[in-house]
Amino acid sequence: MLTAGRAQIALWLAWPSIALVGTVAIPFLLLLRISLAAPDPSGLWKSVLTLDAYGALLNREFAGALLYSLGVALLVATITVALGFPLTYLITRMKRRPQVVWLVFLLVSLSLSDVLNAFSWQLLLSKRGGLTGLLVLLGIMSRPESLTPSNGAVWASLVYGILPFTVMTLYPSLSQLAPEVVEAARTLGASPLRAFRTVVIPMTRQPILAAFVISTVVTLGAYVSPLVLGRPQSWTLAVLIGNAALAGHDVPRAAAMSVCLLGAVGLLGAATVWITRQRPAR
Amino acid sequence: MTPSGLELQGLRKSYGTHVVVDDVSLRVPAGEFVCFLGPSGCGKTTLLRMIAGLETPTSGRLLLDGMDLTAAPAHQRNFAMVFQALALFPFLTVEENIAYSLRLRNVARQERQRRVRELLELIKLADCGARRVDQLSGGQRQRVAIARALAQEPMLFLLDEPLSALDAKLRDHMQIELRLLQQKLNLTTILVTHDQREAMTLADSIVVMADGAVQQIGSPADIYRRPANRFVAGFIGQCNLLQAEVLDSHHLDVWGRVIEVESIPGGLVKGTAVTFSIRPEDIRILPAGTQAPDTVPGRVSFAREVGERVELRIDCNGREIIGAASPADWAALGSSSGSVAVQLRASAGTILTC
Repeated sequence: MLTAGRAQIALWLAWPSIALVGTVAIPFLLLLRISLAAPDPSGLWKSVLTLDAYGALLNREFAGALLYSLGVALLVATITVALGFPLTYLITRMKRRPQVVWLVFLLVSLSLSDVLNAFSWQLLLSKRGGLTGLLVLLGIMSRPESLTPSNGAVWASLVYGILPFTVMTLYPSLSQLAPEVVEAARTLGASPLRAFRTVVIPMTRQPILAAFVISTVVTLGAYVSPLVLGRPQSWTLAVLIGNAALAGHDVPRAAAMSVCLLGAVGLLGAATVWITRQRPAR
Repeated sequence: MTPSGLELQGLRKSYGTHVVVDDVSLRVPAGEFVCFLGPSGCGKTTLLRMIAGLETPTSGRLLLDGMDLTAAPAHQRNFAMVFQALALFPFLTVEENIAYSLRLRNVARQERQRRVRELLELIKLADCGARRVDQLSGGQRQRVAIARALAQEPMLFLLDEPLSALDAKLRDHMQIELRLLQQKLNLTTILVTHDQREAMTLADSIVVMADGAVQQIGSPADIYRRPANRFVAGFIGQCNLLQAEVLDSHHLDVWGRVIEVESIPGGLVKGTAVTFSIRPEDIRILPAGTQAPDTVPGRVSFAREVGERVELRIDCNGREIIGAASPADWAALGSSSGSVAVQLRASAGTILTC
C-alpha cells in the first residue's frame, strides 16, 4: 500500500505523463471522436459512429486544398530559413549590445498578434498604403493599386510572423559556432561565402532542419493571414476548417479535416527524423 | 625572384586609442623557424592574425618575397594556420579534413587521395584516415590539424600556441616532431607561444614582445645570453637584476663593490644608473671569506636540489640573489645554511640601460 508521502512522489513522477495525456492525448482523441460523428444542425455533433465526414473529403477539392496548404507551408518555411539563417549568423557575429537589441526587437515583434500582423500588411499593401506609394515614386508601378488580396501578400505576412521563431531556433547553435572554424576554412583557401557554404551550413544542419519544420508547422496552422490577405482560392486548410466549423456548422467535417492535417504534419515529422538519421550525428 | 621570406614594415593595429600591436618591423628569412614570444596580451596573436589576413592592420605593410600582400584576403594568401583550439571540422573524417584545401582548389580525386595518404604517413596516422575527428586523442588531433594546414603546400606556416592544450610530456614530444617536420619540408614557420622553453627548443630566432612592441629579435642563445633590456632578461628564464652605477669605461659599482667589466656600452657616462643582469648559473658560490673584488658575502636562506643542480636563494645583507650550483660543488661547500661568498663575474653578466 502507498503511504501518503509515497503517493505524493508517485504523483510528481507521473506529472509529465499526466500533462502529456491531458494536453495532447485527450484533445486529440476528442477530435478523432467528433470526426467520426454526424453533424447536428441544432447542436455541435450527434453521438453516432460514421465515416461520412471522411467520405465527404474524398474529392479533388480537398486533396487540392491539402496539397496547396503543404506547398505554401514548405515555400514559406524555405523563404524564412533562407532569410533567417544569414540574419541569425550576422546577429551572432555582432558585439554583445547590438545582439541584445536585435533579439529584443525580434521578441517584441513576436508579441504582435496574428490579427495585428495581417491587418498591418493589408494597410501597408493597400492603395493608399506606404509601399504602393513608394513603388509609384520609384517608377516600378504606374499608378497606385492595392496589392491585396494576393498570394504574395499572404506569404509576406507569414514570413514576417515566422521569422522571429526561425531566428530563435537557430540562435543557440549558431552563437556556439566557434569563429576559428570559419577562420580555419579561410586560411585553407575558402572565400567568406565558400566558408559559409562548406563549413557553417554543414555544422548547423540539424538546427536548420528544426527551424524548417517549425516554420512549416506554424504556417500550416496559419488562419488570419490567408483569410485577410488571400483570395478564397488561395485559402489554406486552416481557413477551410474554420469555415466548415463556423460558417458551415459542420463540426465533424472540420474535425475530419483537422485529423487529415495532423496526419500530414505527422508524416512531415517522421520524414524529418528519417532525414536526420541518414547523416551521422553532428 | 628568389624567395626572400616574409617582411613586416611598421605593422600596427589599434582599436580606437588602444594600441595592440605597435609599429612592428621584422624579417623572417625563407625556411626559418621564428617564434613570437611574450606574456598573454602582448599582441603576439594579433600580429600573427594580421600576417594570416584574419585581422586588418591599421597601418604598415606585409611583403612575401617582395610582393605586397597587405590587402590580400586570407584565402588568397596561401598561408596555413594551426589554431590554438585546432578548429578541425567535426562533420568530416580525418581524410576529408586534410583534403579540404585540396577540394577547394579542385585537385583531381586521384592526386587528392595520393596527397592525403602522404600526409597521413607523414603524421604517422596512416590507419586513421576514415575515423571521425572526435575519435582521436589530443595529440592525434594536433597532428591532423598540422596535416590539414600543410596539404595546401603553404608559402608560410603559422601556428598559434598549438601545443598549449597538451600535457607536458606530449608537448615535449610534439615540439621535436614539429621541428623535424619543419626542417624536412624547409617551411618558413612562425609559432606564437608564451612558453619560453618551447621557443628556445623550436626557433631559429625568437621575437620577444611586450605591450604590443618588439623587445628583442635574436637567436635563442642571443636572447638568453645578451638580453636587450630588463623585460627580456626577466621574462626569459631566471635572472638577477642588480642596481648598479657606471664608474668609468671599465668599472661598475654593484652594491658598493667595484666590478671590472670588459666595456661599458657606448654613451654611458660616470654616474649613470644601470642594471647589471646575471643568470643564476653564472653566479659562483665560493666558501665564506673568499677575498676577491667581485665577491659579496651572503647567507644561504633556501636551497633545494632539483636533480642536475641545486637552486639557491642567498641573502646578501637584505638583498636576495638567486644562484645555482652543481651538486658536487654544493657538497664541497659543506654547509647547507651557512655563510658563503657570491662571485658576480662581470664577464658573465650583461649591462642593461632600460
